[in-house]
Amino acid sequence: MAAPPRTRIQQISYLWTDERLRGIAFQLLVTTSLALFFAFIIWNTATNLKHAGLASGYGFLQDAASFDINQRLIDYDSTSSYGRAFLVGGLNTVLVAVLGIAAATFIGFLVGLMRLSSNFLVSRIAAIYVELTRNIPLLLQIIFWWVIILALPRVRDSISVGDVLFLNNRGVRMPQPIFEDAFQFVLALIVAGGIGTFFLARWARKRHELTGRTFPVGWSSIGLIFGLPGLSMLFLGLPISLEIPLQGKFNFEGGFNVTPELIALWLALSLYTGAFISEVVRSGILAVDKGQIEAARAVGLPPGLRTRKIILPQALRVIIPPLTNQYLNLTKNSSLAVVIGYQDIVSIGETVLNQSGQALEVISIYMAFYLTLSLLTSLLMNWYNKRTALVRER
Amino acid sequence: MFFRDQGEMLPPRTAPITEVGLVGWLRINLFSSYGNAALTLISLAILLLVVPPFIDWVLIKAQFSGDSGEACSGIGACWAWVDQRLGQFFYGFYPAEAHWRVNVTAILLVPAILYVLVDNMPGAKFGRWFSYVYPLLAAYLLVGGFGLEVIQTDKFGGFMLNMVVGLTGIVLSLPIGVLLALGRQSRLPVIRLLCIAFIEAVRGVPLITLLFVAIVLLQLFLPPEVSLDQLLRVIIMVTLFASAYMAEVVRGGLQAIPKGQIEGAQAVGLGYWQTMRLIVLPQALRISIPGIVNTFIGLFKDTTLVIIIGLFDLLGHARLLQTNPDWIGDVDHEAYLFSAAVFFLVCFLMSRYSVSLEKQLSKDRH
Amino acid sequence: MIALTRPGLSCAVFAAFVLPATVGTAQAATLDDVRAADELKCGINTGLAGFANTDDAGNWVGFDVDYCKALAAAVLGDAGKVQYVSLTGKNRFPALQAGEIEVLARNTTWTFSRDVDLGLTFVGVNYYDGQGFIGPRSLGISSAGELDGASVCIQTGTTTELNLADFFRTNNISYEPVPIETNAEARAAYEAERCDVYTSDASGLAATRATFDNPNDHVILPEIISKEPLGPLVRHGDDQWADIARWVLNALISAEELGVTQANVEALAQKDGGSDNPEIQRMLGSQGSMGAMLGLDADWAVRAIKAVGNYGEIFARHLGPDTRLGLERGLNALYTNGGILYSPPFR
Repeated sequence: MAAPPRTRIQQISYLWTDERLRGIAFQLLVTTSLALFFAFIIWNTATNLKHAGLASGYGFLQDAASFDINQRLIDYDSTSSYGRAFLVGGLNTVLVAVLGIAAATFIGFLVGLMRLSSNFLVSRIAAIYVELTRNIPLLLQIIFWWVIILALPRVRDSISVGDVLFLNNRGVRMPQPIFEDAFQFVLALIVAGGIGTFFLARWARKRHELTGRTFPVGWSSIGLIFGLPGLSMLFLGLPISLEIPLQGKFNFEGGFNVTPELIALWLALSLYTGAFISEVVRSGILAVDKGQIEAARAVGLPPGLRTRKIILPQALRVIIPPLTNQYLNLTKNSSLAVVIGYQDIVSIGETVLNQSGQALEVISIYMAFYLTLSLLTSLLMNWYNKRTALVRER
Repeated sequence: MFFRDQGEMLPPRTAPITEVGLVGWLRINLFSSYGNAALTLISLAILLLVVPPFIDWVLIKAQFSGDSGEACSGIGACWAWVDQRLGQFFYGFYPAEAHWRVNVTAILLVPAILYVLVDNMPGAKFGRWFSYVYPLLAAYLLVGGFGLEVIQTDKFGGFMLNMVVGLTGIVLSLPIGVLLALGRQSRLPVIRLLCIAFIEAVRGVPLITLLFVAIVLLQLFLPPEVSLDQLLRVIIMVTLFASAYMAEVVRGGLQAIPKGQIEGAQAVGLGYWQTMRLIVLPQALRISIPGIVNTFIGLFKDTTLVIIIGLFDLLGHARLLQTNPDWIGDVDHEAYLFSAAVFFLVCFLMSRYSVSLEKQLSKDRH
Repeated sequence: MIALTRPGLSCAVFAAFVLPATVGTAQAATLDDVRAADELKCGINTGLAGFANTDDAGNWVGFDVDYCKALAAAVLGDAGKVQYVSLTGKNRFPALQAGEIEVLARNTTWTFSRDVDLGLTFVGVNYYDGQGFIGPRSLGISSAGELDGASVCIQTGTTTELNLADFFRTNNISYEPVPIETNAEARAAYEAERCDVYTSDASGLAATRATFDNPNDHVILPEIISKEPLGPLVRHGDDQWADIARWVLNALISAEELGVTQANVEALAQKDGGSDNPEIQRMLGSQGSMGAMLGLDADWAVRAIKAVGNYGEIFARHLGPDTRLGLERGLNALYTNGGILYSPPFR
């Protein structure tokens, strides 16, 4: 049966009720208006820049920075370029973020377990710590730790640990290892040990799954990674020497210094994020079915193994997604370093902006940098999450 | 026979002293094992090491009166500035004769929030309208016009600025966040992609870089005839920032709504927007409230970052005090400590509320 | 039920309130803009003792603030018609470029690149400064050349970082820079001996030294490693506005040289019985038409001086020996008194 012929107007109104077409029209509309919006912004920016007589572009990155940076992970001096200064700042951000993530994870798991402790005082102290750090702006906490560190003994009254490590309000001065050429052999052995451990662990896991027999992977890997290279080092006559810091006229000279700014920022970031992580850990552990723990106890697993083999693996699956978020937050929050003068990318960028006046470029570098870091962290954690995720039956 | 007569029941014995009362409580909670006892002692030692010297410095040896830092000894805290500067810490440069406007706004905030968050308030119908009108009322009271003296937004400062930026940011970001969350789950690929890109891009950068955009770049993006004042630009960027986080909170709420609800709504002939507005969002937002409150706490703490771009919030006024010739060098810790205490009080109360709400919600659902 | 179901409404309402905060134009002739707004938008520091700070009542006071007041008095006839915009080291230039402020008086060093490359125009120097070092007397150093291996506190966001790097590089000595964002924190760090010496503009150092419990325990080293002429600046391209800003500053300086003070300026400006000095007459408008040439009325300079006093009075009020900062005039004394402060003539 043929449908009755439609009038033109009916056809158009049918078009409108077609959900697919309506969707396409709506998306086209949004895309066009967004494109127009960006065109508007770009046009404005271009005219404004021209009007103010300002140059734009990233050419300035090759100009000499002509300021100094006190914490450099790569070679840098005041004749280096702005671009290199950004690189130094970026590495400083990565450094504090990695250190912070490690410490925050440790604190978070520790405090999360403390809060579940049956000891009243311990769980109370953990709760007080969590509430205090979570409810005070991080900016204030960074300043607080910096002030605390400034209250440490002055250089001349340094706390000395065995005359090689010195603690004062200019940071921690420690011996710096100096590697001789022969050390490369030791290094190669360590790498080989690491690779060996990887395969050993795989073999042990397989054997455990097949036969149920366990293999002391932990001890043997320590032997592989540290034992063998250690022995070879003795044979090679210790191809490594330590540069011990010595008291100079103003400061300790030689050795390796960890600045108070890094310590304060690191403490503040890891204590702040640690409080959030502890909540994540606590709820993750509470989410593990009670029956699992009871069953583990029933088959006679000792408490240590119970936590390691039954509770944590299950809790981790709940913990990891929010944990990733906390890692990202910590990385982003490291940008507050600027208040105490830790020379991270924001602090360096600020100086560059101040000198070159290239606001648009400097801020775009900030954003690209943090977006890349966030993306990398997310990818890494997603990969880990996939590996630990339960293979779903359904 | 293995039963007793009723009358021969043994009387109940009192529990052993090691199980009840103070001793019992101590034994169970603090000294249940050697390890626990050691932990208890260590904890006690930490408390004793930290708390008494702190109280000694903050209160006992502190100086509470005087005209300048010279009045302070340095042994204890210096609180002599409080009576002169308290106004600035809370109201910024807002004219003293108009402080009542801030106070009224703050007092009216209480019912405005209560009517949104608490069920079964008396006069709920009128009250909800009040909540909707409140932002307009607040703006009128704070900025002025129509009979009230106009007060420029650059006079806003102190704790009031933190409140204005935080509250405006959260209220404005809610609708944007809802739209973004819906967009992220949309079946239209372009919309979905754009929403994801926006959310992830904003969440990927620190707030401080967005604030730099607000004060350094935003003006560059606009035609020269348009000039936005600093506070407005900050609020725009804070709103964008908060809406990305809000979108994720609301998305969590949306995902918790059973599919059957949506299918049911479609079965009775509701369109997309009707389904969302009448069925899905009311439930999803209700679940999201603890998350929204938490987002607000986070945003509220982050409002302190405005000092980095030169606005004077509570922390900004603390710094102004520290650079004042009369006080320089004498109030380095005190001004910050005061700010920390204010923030802690407000954020702690809010987080308690959020926790109790969460408990209430999980009770409702089971 | 929870009443969050219609958030859109409350938000639309909220949006309606922030929009009126939008303000007008930026591009036309600056003088017309200022007159139309009946307010001068003046960029100042976010807090630097003596230069810009708030009193207990929350009013801005200081050396730079007084220049804003003088300019407002000259242009608008009322020293109170200033909107102070406090700016950090990084947004001061963008704010001026974008027209958020009409003049920047924020102890800013006049340099080539700022004047030429950033699209700005410096209108003069209101404070001759230079970068120096302060250190504890107990350290026993007498010259900056002995600072090899020292830790040096620097306030960031200024030219000080560059000068410092240049100085140590040219003298081939090493140091650890300790960059700190605000003066208050740099001071605290120095006092805690986080660093051996603190470097900043000499005016700031003297001011900082005065605030220590025992100022005599600290010495200011003799080396001044840079020239820091601080002065107000305006946007490039509006010469009339630049002229006004320049000559208000010059009027304050000339007034001191010519003996015109806040107290006597009105008497001296009288057409009959006022000053006999033709330069004073020209400046104060009792003779000639200098005000009209600037696009202002004849009394512009009278109002400026009446509002804040002459340069010497401003200096004494905020920085001088009677204040807690206790700075000497030094380079900033008039050229007739051994300084280098010098205004072009009103002719």
